[in-house]
Amino acid sequence: MLTIAGHIFKSRLLVGTGKFASAEVMCRAIDASGSEIVTVALRRVDLGDPADDIMQVLDRSRYVFLPNTSGARDAHEAVRLARMARASGGGEWLKLEVTPDPRTLLPDPVETLRATEILVAEGFKVLPYINADPILALKLQEVGAAAVMPLGSPIGTNQGLLTRFQVEIIIEQARVPVIVDAGLGLPSHAAEAMEIGADAVLVNTAIAGAGDPVRMARAFAQAVEAGRAAFEAGAGRRQSRAAASSPESGLGFLR
Amino acid sequence: MKIICNGEEMVAKEGETLEEFILGLQLNPATVVVECDGRIVLRDEYTQITLSEGVVLELIRFVGGG
Repeated sequence: MLTIAGHIFKSRLLVGTGKFASAEVMCRAIDASGSEIVTVALRRVDLGDPADDIMQVLDRSRYVFLPNTSGARDAHEAVRLARMARASGGGEWLKLEVTPDPRTLLPDPVETLRATEILVAEGFKVLPYINADPILALKLQEVGAAAVMPLGSPIGTNQGLLTRFQVEIIIEQARVPVIVDAGLGLPSHAAEAMEIGADAVLVNTAIAGAGDPVRMARAFAQAVEAGRAAFEAGAGRRQSRAAASSPESGLGFLR
Repeated sequence: MKIICNGEEMVAKEGETLEEFILGLQLNPATVVVECDGRIVLRDEYTQITLSEGVVLELIRFVGGG
């Protein structure tokens, strides 16, 4: 069971709701993922398309909504978005994202820490999206983040767990859940993150951009389960020399 | 009466409430969050706020995102 800020979840796969070809495919993919936490973004209403309303298609009773602050370039903008999310009934949950550079979408550690301090004081359950920086993860934990969300690779790149070494250190030190977010492009990437002990992963682009998002969502769910089971089972030791799996004795009859 | 809504100049009726204005745009007030002259408006205030000349509204809502 995954526990974040005192809430218990069966699924260790969080999914994003962006980039789906249709609301219908999105709903079926989320259903197939088994996820209990879904991320959403905040944007100006498109006055030319008033019926385009994600809240009319997603069943709020089934999921915890995790609004993000995507688009924020500094702490001030992120705090403003967070307060709007709460005012629009988004609850206290918040995926804090501060990405000043649209080219890399890498998170700003200084502004992220600053915004976390402000939002924790205002009662938000803050889950900051961060570069895989073990020192920053510790500082965020100290100021009251409900979880930390280190990136596997930059958002939307599908490159997998390029930050494995740093994420392992973050996991080793963490007292709050570690949710690997961003860049996981294949179920095997998600399984790898879970095998090294991540508490959960968040996937959006890899599912929404798949040829069949519903099947891909299911594949990610299976990979996350398998990876977690492997972590709990305890992996065998890696070694450089071969070790026979079959008995080395009892071969006298051959020679 | 002219107001600014999401960066566009629009016309609101004299004495129109925020709730009526939102409904007039075919939007569901329950899923729209409003900033009125930079201040976030709580949902139960929508029926109490009367729009005035030149007010700047931002209508925001949840969209798909990761």
